[in-house]
Amino acid sequence: MDLDAITVMLRSFWTVWLMVLLTGILVYAMWPGNRRTFDHASQIPLKDDGQEF
Amino acid sequence: MTSATLTSGATLGSQRVSEDVRYYEDAIRLFVIAATFWGVVGFLAGTFIALQLAFPALNLGLEWTSFGRLRPVHTSAVIFAFGGNVLFATSLYSVQRTCRQFLFGGEGLTKFIFWNYNIFIVLAALSYVLGYTQGKEYAEPEWILDLYLTVIWVLYAIQFAGTVMTRRESHIYVANWFFLAFILTVAILHLGNNMNVPVSWTGMKSYPFVSGVQSAMVQWWYGHNAVGFFLTAGFLGIMYYFVPKRAERPVYSYRLSIVHFWTLIFLYIWAGPHHLHYTSLPDWAQTLGMTFSVMLWMPSWGGMINGIMTLSGAWDKLRTDPVLRFLVSSVAFYGMSTFEGPLMSVKPVNALSHYTDWTVGHVHSGALGWVAFISFGALYFLVPVLWKRSQLYSLRLVSYHFWTATVGIVLYITAMWVSGIMQGLMWRAYDNLGFLQYSFVETVAAMHPFYVIRAMGGVLFVIGALIMVYNLWRTAKGDVRIEKPYASTPHKAAVGAA
Repeated sequence: MDLDAITVMLRSFWTVWLMVLLTGILVYAMWPGNRRTFDHASQIPLKDDGQEF
Repeated sequence: MTSATLTSGATLGSQRVSEDVRYYEDAIRLFVIAATFWGVVGFLAGTFIALQLAFPALNLGLEWTSFGRLRPVHTSAVIFAFGGNVLFATSLYSVQRTCRQFLFGGEGLTKFIFWNYNIFIVLAALSYVLGYTQGKEYAEPEWILDLYLTVIWVLYAIQFAGTVMTRRESHIYVANWFFLAFILTVAILHLGNNMNVPVSWTGMKSYPFVSGVQSAMVQWWYGHNAVGFFLTAGFLGIMYYFVPKRAERPVYSYRLSIVHFWTLIFLYIWAGPHHLHYTSLPDWAQTLGMTFSVMLWMPSWGGMINGIMTLSGAWDKLRTDPVLRFLVSSVAFYGMSTFEGPLMSVKPVNALSHYTDWTVGHVHSGALGWVAFISFGALYFLVPVLWKRSQLYSLRLVSYHFWTATVGIVLYITAMWVSGIMQGLMWRAYDNLGFLQYSFVETVAAMHPFYVIRAMGGVLFVIGALIMVYNLWRTAKGDVRIEKPYASTPHKAAVGAA
């Protein structure tokens, strides 16, 4: 198997691994255990930043 | 600016916050001033070239003031000068606060970026007027200016990413994800689309490394992603920080913001070929571009819902806070133009819309409604904070600005819808012998009234921006206008009326 053939073969899997990656991100975003982290993260801009005067 | 603002800048430049974090604000102020200045210049240039289209005598018979040379001055002034300075100001302001860290590389670096970026803007505009251009839309600067911009951009990337990497907040807030995607992708786009070979080391002229349809594809990969990552991802970063900040409530769904970010990034990069429908670009590539453009509907609307629903339970603030009204209306315009965009990318629709004024109207519903409105909201938020004033000079003037600009946008986009669809229909009209029914110049004559209406919309948009300049200048001076305050709740409003 030469380099060209390997490249072509790997290229055909791009769609697959991008879908796997995206699915992983969706699962991460929706994972119930992460809710607390995200609730905390959403408060970051609202924390006291010394700009109230 | 006045001596009062300079003094306050010198004494209160870096404010001590908790622990030993100092946020740099001097350079942010410079970006805010530049953004305001370039905004007016860009809107004036746009209004002038709109009038040139309606009244060609305004080309003045000079090569330097002809439409072809002034048009890139307008687009670069509004996108890169106004939008760019807004993005520098907002990203470098919010990254410090969301990371609880001062800017990596120091404020000297920020000022270096500021001066060089704005010198680049002036040089680019001068080069267009003198006739130097690569002839690529939104990538007009010639090779030497491209190299200059590359250096500035890399320094900006280092400063922003360095701040994120040295953050004291464990989580990277979603606004920073959008800003990082914007900075990184714009760098890649800029390098990819400016692979030019100079004719000589001493001349401005260069030729693209790739040619023919490949060159067209590279250009629109760049062009559409300039929209997607400069004018969308960057300004979504503004939305995710400034809408929650102004509304004083967290973003509607942080989960949705993660999904929004990744789906937008995954899909946008493929949408460029829809600019080349029915050209010599292979058909499969056109269909691919169309498909990804249609899929973009979902993340775009997910983001819009996330931005607007942040006000859930606090809708009355829209009535009492015109600054928030700017921010939220911009997200509504974002929803509207990201509905229209996928529609226009569908090939049969594009067969009617392409090369007509409909495209111009679509761009401006996004540029004026989304990009400019969210920028105005951010500027109205930033000026009192950066100049240490308790409030804006006048909220009523913000409201006048809002309505003047909104009427201007409505005139602009409705005129372009009618004009564009009419133009497209006239181009494809055949008589019963199979001849084209209209000559090109007949379509131009038919569009004249709409060009006048569009220019009037531009005039209103400029007037609104001038109201903002006055308001921000008085705010920076520390003045407060005596005016009827906005009622804080509907209940109080009812009592006040009684």
